[in-house]
Amino acid sequence: MAKGIKILTEHINTPGIETFEVYKKSGGYAAVEKVIKKMTPEEVVEEVKKSGVRGRGGAGFPMGMKWSFLAKPEGVPRYLVCNADESEPGTFKDHFLMKSIPHLLIEGMIVSSFALGAHKSFIYVRGELMYVIRILEKAIEEAKAAGYLGKNILGSGYDLELVVQPGGGAYICGEETALLESLEGKRGNPRNKPPFPAVKGLYQSPTVVNNVESIANTPWIINNGGDAYAALGIGRSTGTKLISASGHIKNPGVYEIELGLPVEEFLYSDEFLGGIRDGHHLKAVVAGGSSVPILPANLFLKTANGEDRLMSYESLSDGGFASGTMLGSGGFIAMDETTCIVRNTWNFSRFYHHESCGQCSPCREGTGWMEKVLHRIEHGHGNMRDIDLLVDVAKKIEGNTICPLGDAAAWPVASAIRHFRDEFEWHVKYPKEATMKGAVYVKEEVLV
Amino acid sequence: MSDKIAFSEDRLAKAKEIILRYPEGKQKSALLPLLHLAQEQFGWVSAASMDYIAEMLQIEPIEVYEVATFYTMFHLEPVGKHVIEYCRTGPCCTMGGEEVYDHLKTKLKIEANQTTSNGLFTLKEVECLAACGWGPCFQIREKFYMHLTNEKVDGIIEELSK
Repeated sequence: MAKGIKILTEHINTPGIETFEVYKKSGGYAAVEKVIKKMTPEEVVEEVKKSGVRGRGGAGFPMGMKWSFLAKPEGVPRYLVCNADESEPGTFKDHFLMKSIPHLLIEGMIVSSFALGAHKSFIYVRGELMYVIRILEKAIEEAKAAGYLGKNILGSGYDLELVVQPGGGAYICGEETALLESLEGKRGNPRNKPPFPAVKGLYQSPTVVNNVESIANTPWIINNGGDAYAALGIGRSTGTKLISASGHIKNPGVYEIELGLPVEEFLYSDEFLGGIRDGHHLKAVVAGGSSVPILPANLFLKTANGEDRLMSYESLSDGGFASGTMLGSGGFIAMDETTCIVRNTWNFSRFYHHESCGQCSPCREGTGWMEKVLHRIEHGHGNMRDIDLLVDVAKKIEGNTICPLGDAAAWPVASAIRHFRDEFEWHVKYPKEATMKGAVYVKEEVLV
Repeated sequence: MSDKIAFSEDRLAKAKEIILRYPEGKQKSALLPLLHLAQEQFGWVSAASMDYIAEMLQIEPIEVYEVATFYTMFHLEPVGKHVIEYCRTGPCCTMGGEEVYDHLKTKLKIEANQTTSNGLFTLKEVECLAACGWGPCFQIREKFYMHLTNEKVDGIIEELSK
């Protein structure tokens, strides 16, 4: 393993990297030159397939395979849409990448659009990041002025226009079909599938939707080859991953890690998170954004079989939902013993209730119901039946909605009760103590 | 019917440029960008703004209303000069967001969705702003205020009150 390799962030601290000039001097736009002058679109798709890179927005679906599903009927335009609607609590890597090194995304968009035969591509950025939209628009102007975008790119006859589209404040638009609805100027209600966007997407035309980080990987894959990318990482978790780290750690921030890095090293090494803040102990971790199951510290560091856990899709999900979790979007939230799991779960459930589009009853009603019951328990008015009620409601939402927001709302509640049931029971049994300011239930054996 | 309003000259030019970004017949895609443009100019999105945008995009007013009410960024009522959009989601709370929020409310002497009596500040609670590792945080228009502490909040409010 080439330890410490940086694919996306190698030049992120170079002064002036947000400008075309410095980005180009650091080797930028070489991948555009290569695909335009020396490769066919099919060859580009092939390299991305070989790389094994998986969707970095959270679902982890192989990107090359997603590209190969794109329908190509004659005379119908095809679209590439970049999903920059990053809104999953705990996740801020795309925000960081776009504001720091905007040309990396622009270069990736050109490479990917060329591969897919798209001539108009969109970057859908959550509206709150208007300042990032302005950074991207400036980068696009610079690339255009240099001949890397617009008509007849580098004299090849290939035309491409990039449009940056602002969202309006809606987590649901991170779901790809809701994003497409929003891009068409509608409410962000997810679509029924099939048809999938690869067949009928934006404006009913074949469309690929990819996450920022996924697209930003393509220049390196083209420059170095899909095999070189696939040689990084571990097993089916190839390459590197950006991890957004927050919570009770010494060094919050965005880290690029090679997949397969031991969890313990990531958590405690000074190169990464630097450990838990002084004088405290790790209680729980949400490893991949608010929707993935929360794990107690001991189960996060070691699997149920006592094996060291790694930062990879497979290792984090080892044990299924009984004792594992998911890599998701890489939104890593560390919580020490001062964290009340009930309060945190209530907070997350309020988020999902607020963000449910309301289209499917199980999600619309279920998220509100869970929030209400959790509020009751957290504020000292719960009873024991409420805990089972939550499990029951979560189960009835899961798998019964058009889009995965329902699952995303159900998993944090179900997993919190699965692993921290005694904490919920404590709130019910001792409401007076539990509602005192700063009062937290701590079970020593889960702390690390 | 609401009173007629219009974009300023530079915003009108910008609006026309935005509408041309989309394929022929797909001008409705310009709806969110135009709503942002209206809010930028007027501070909030009134029924009059929505009607004006509908006319510009040649769509029914209801198509604008149903969108403006779906997305949380659009203020559908007049707001103060500075709208503080405070992140209330889990990771920011883990970073001390609830304590700083209490302090902010005490400092401004208002609750969420209220405006200070001098019309300077409106407080809104928002969900995750994708700045978790830099929390606690809030946003005022396009600017992010991060790594908030009580002292930092005092400084920001005093600065903006000048």
